[in-house]
Formats: sequence, structure tokens, C-alpha cells
Amino acid sequence: MARRSHVQTTLNGETVEFLCEPRQSLLEVLRDELHLTGAKEGCNNGNCGACSVILDGRLVNSCLVLGVETEGKSVETIEGVADPDKLHPIQDAFLENAALQCGICTPGFIMSAKALLDENPNPTEHEVRYWLAGNLCRCTGYDKIVRAVLDAAAAK
Amino acid sequence: MRDFSYIAAKTIPEAVALLDEKGESARILAGGTDLIVQVREARRDVDWMIDIKSIPEVNVLNYDATTGLTLGAAVECYKIYADDAICDAYPSLIDATKIIGGTAIQGRAGVGGNLCNASPAADGIPPLIVLNASCVIVGPNGEREVPVEDFCTAPGQTVIKKGEMLVSVKIPAPANNSSSYYLRFIPRNEMDIAVVGAGASVTLDAEKKTIVAARIALAAVAPTPLFAEEASALLAGREVSDEAIDAAAEAAQAIARPISDMRGTAEQRTHLVGVLTRRALNGAIQRVREAT
Repeated sequence: MARRSHVQTTLNGETVEFLCEPRQSLLEVLRDELHLTGAKEGCNNGNCGACSVILDGRLVNSCLVLGVETEGKSVETIEGVADPDKLHPIQDAFLENAALQCGICTPGFIMSAKALLDENPNPTEHEVRYWLAGNLCRCTGYDKIVRAVLDAAAAK
Repeated sequence: MRDFSYIAAKTIPEAVALLDEKGESARILAGGTDLIVQVREARRDVDWMIDIKSIPEVNVLNYDATTGLTLGAAVECYKIYADDAICDAYPSLIDATKIIGGTAIQGRAGVGGNLCNASPAADGIPPLIVLNASCVIVGPNGEREVPVEDFCTAPGQTVIKKGEMLVSVKIPAPANNSSSYYLRFIPRNEMDIAVVGAGASVTLDAEKKTIVAARIALAAVAPTPLFAEEASALLAGREVSDEAIDAAAEAAQAIARPISDMRGTAEQRTHLVGVLTRRALNGAIQRVREAT
């Protein structure tokens, strides 16, 4: 078995160190080693977006990144989105718009929406829909999700 | 997932030496959006993943209006379409990089990996063919260049030999009065694999009425992406007309040898080659004419 590697990365603004096998994805490291279970495993092959996180400022599927690849990088997960005393405007907008049903896809959608609004604070509906195309919701509540993202953009 | 070792190579000689030593058991990791899935699903046996993203040469994205574009093998899609000069010069490449997967895939996946994965349905390859691109390959015996249309040899297979790696893709500077276009047919709006893809580049004369040169390439209708050489040659010297474009589309259909699978029948794919070739050519011509 390949030796476990020591990795140091910045996670939600704080330096963390962990040991992982090369074959462990970033998603597995987050959930199984660091016990941050916000990012979800849906398809585990890059189709569903439930594991979306932000790596060095770019939205990625954490199931398609190896944990060892994050050495020296910065990772943002859903756990780092809210302030200790208040939710992020995107989270508020998801609640206000009832933009979730079962909730499995929600952390991925919020990370994806955050990456969008960080880059493009005033997206059109068309831009929101294309940007979120890699996030699947099988309760099929897309309209409410899109409205929530547009509301969050307007509230900023 | 299968157990493997990971090495982040810092230089091309280091990566080449590792690839030469490990042979078939090693695979280059760039964006990983194909490779990690293939290893996880036991479709590829890999004992060594060699991460090349720390190597400066594979991260080069350098456009010069006279010498053209050097596109490093690990440059992610989002960096390509974020560059306004590249968007103006090579619109077909932009058409493709914006539809390879969704946002999260485009944050990791690049055109170099699209080439090396050698899918017959790769969206990134037809634009490179029509843009006259070549692949810069480095191995134990030095560097060589291969035209993109000769790079893929079968599904998942390329001309890359033991110890070799794709370092970059070179695209010549666009000619005056030229443009390009890529599109695919999919049953959804996004996040899907091409049933058929077609790319075209055209160079028009100064009046923008006569085709000086054209190149057409197809995806998902053969074991590799295809350069429709005869169809392309038919257009040189012809005035822009429906007849000329129809003739090229028919010639493109003649070289398609698609299979029937879950995405479409061979008959539908052959029909689509005609439709998409016409649209790609008309799209490229329109872009030349709209440019100021």
C-alpha cells in the first residue's frame, strides 16, 4: 500500500494538516479524515456537483481532486460559508425561496453559487442556469434555486 | 479506489524519466476529470500518477498575434475562455471549452487532457484540427511535433510512446478574414457527450465573398476525431453559396463511419454530420463577416 502522505493546506482560512493515501479524493479526506461532512458524495464521477468545493478560488468537484493535490492550496467548503453569528446571503436566499427539499444537493449548490457571485456579482438568469448546470437536484427544484441565487445577487 | 503512488513532478526531464521508468503503469495527472474516474471505476490500471501541474511549461498560455498561441497541456478550460485575445482569435476553441462538462469540470479539465484521453467524442479536438494546431511532445529522445489530426489513433489511444508526454499545443496565428466555429448535437442543453460534433474554420477573401481556405473536423463519428480533408479542399476557391456548403457537407458525410449506441444510431449520426457541418461552416463565415 502506498504510504500515507502528509499534506498541509488552508481550509476555510485556517491551516490544517492531515495524512492521506494518494488514492483518497479530496471529498474522502474532507469527510473521513477531517470529519467535515457538508460536501456530499452523490455520483462520485463528476456529474452531480454534490461535492462542489472551491479550490484556490475555482469551483471543483472534490471527488475529482486527490487529497494529496491540495498541498499548499486553499480549500473552501460549505462549513466556512456562514459567519459564526449569521448566515451567508446566499444561504438566507435559499431559505427565503425554499430552494431546497431533501437538502443533499444544497451544499454543492451554495458553493457553486458562491463561486459564481464571487466572480460575477450580477449574473443574468441565463448565466446562473449555465453556471449551475453541473449541480443536479433530483427533487427538481431548479427554479427556486435559480431565483435564490438571483435574489442573493440583488441583496449584495 | 485502486492503490497507487503519487508524484508531483517539478520539471519535464523529471516527468519524462519517471514515465520512461514506469512505462504502462504510470499515467500523467493534469485535471484528473477523466483519469480519476477511470481509475476509480477500474477501467485503467495505474500504479503511478505523475502530477505535472507544477511544471511551468505545461501551464503556459501565451498568445501573440504574429506567432500564435502556445497552450500548455495542463491549462484549464476556464483560463482559455477568460482570455479576450484568445476568444477573438480562436472562437471555435472557445465554443468547445465552454461546453466541456460544467463549471466545476472546466475549473480542472484542459484541452491537453482532452487530447490525451482520446475520446472519439472529445469536444476539444475538432477545433484544434480546424485551427491547424500541432502537439508538442517531449520524450527521452527529445521533442517532436505531431499535427492534431494525427494525434489520436484509436479510442483512448494516441501517438504518445513510452516515456513521452504532451507538453503543449501550438496554434498558428489566425489569417486575415478568417474565423472558426464548433458545435455539437446533444439531447440536453449542457453537461452531455456529443452525439456528433463538427468544427469548421474558413478564410475568406478581402471582399468576404470567396472562400480562400477551409478546414472541417468531426467528432463522435469514427474511432478518432476526423479531419474531413476532401470536404475542406472542395471549398477552396469557391464563392460562398449554399451549393458549395452543401457539397462540403456531403463530402464530410461520406467519411463518417459512426456506430449505433445509446446516444444515437449510425443513420442519425450520418444525417447530423451534414446538418452540423453546414451550421459550422455558416457560423464561421458569419463570424468573419461580422468582424470589423
